[in-house]
Amino acid sequence: MKSAVLVFPGINRERDMARTLKLMSGSEPAMVWHADTALPAGTDLVVVPGGFSYGDYLRCGAIAARSPIMDAVRAHAGRGGFVLGVCNGFQILCESGLLPGVLMRNAALKFICKEVYLRVERSDTPFTRGYNTGQVIRVPVAHGEGNYVADAETITRLEGEGRVAYRYVAPDGTLDPRWNVNGSTNAIAGILNERGNVLGLMPHPENHIEVSIGPTDGRGLFAGLTQHFAKVA
Amino acid sequence: MKARVTVTLKTGILDPQGKAIEGALKSLGVGGVASVRQGKVFDIELEGADRAGAEAALKAAAEKLLANTVIENYRIEVLG
Repeated sequence: MKSAVLVFPGINRERDMARTLKLMSGSEPAMVWHADTALPAGTDLVVVPGGFSYGDYLRCGAIAARSPIMDAVRAHAGRGGFVLGVCNGFQILCESGLLPGVLMRNAALKFICKEVYLRVERSDTPFTRGYNTGQVIRVPVAHGEGNYVADAETITRLEGEGRVAYRYVAPDGTLDPRWNVNGSTNAIAGILNERGNVLGLMPHPENHIEVSIGPTDGRGLFAGLTQHFAKVA
Repeated sequence: MKARVTVTLKTGILDPQGKAIEGALKSLGVGGVASVRQGKVFDIELEGADRAGAEAALKAAAEKLLANTVIENYRIEVLG
């Protein structure tokens, strides 16, 4: 799997992401600067990492979404290329129009930095095939604006088309408002685009990979993507 | 030419920041506050004196960047 990690001013999770991609796929990702206008040839997966691009000025992800490299990312996605956005990366994908909706201030107004539980809603996508449907995984979140909001029509479409890939749940996998940490509509933590080649996710699976750190529940996402591209190739 | 773009949240969009400000105003004893919604104001200086051109530029600015029209409305004023 040939991956590229985008780097914007104010991003701070790009090295965690690069380390995880190297560990899980075996190949070093390209680090691509926001002012570049092209992705490295043969890129399978573009990753928009977490952080605080442009200091969250205007709206989270708003400025980064309009940077030159994003035209290349839109073209890549248009050709069926894969894109993963995590945390600020999810916000950037929403602002760039690659995913619907928007991530608003957390309902309780606090920045949340803790572990959460996610339910994998389906295992038949390249972004989820490393897990079983209904599997509960433990991964960290670190965000102030992760409260997913979209108009009622969009939410109905996302649910109807099975595009909610990950949802905040209680440790036993049941929906519980107390475990929907940021107040997201329908406890949505991660969504797919219509074609299924773009995923946006607020939590950080890339930080739960190595035994020396603790839980390794994040491995499934990257293992699944690596398997997908191994099969394609 | 001076202009102002005001961006406000659409009706029905939850505004936790507005709610927090509302709570603070109430705790300060400011009377008669029913609700607060927070928005943004952009004061923009435009080159040239063509009003129609200015309005078109401001609309483009608002649509492309200043407002996220999924959740926000905007209002353009050319102040002259």
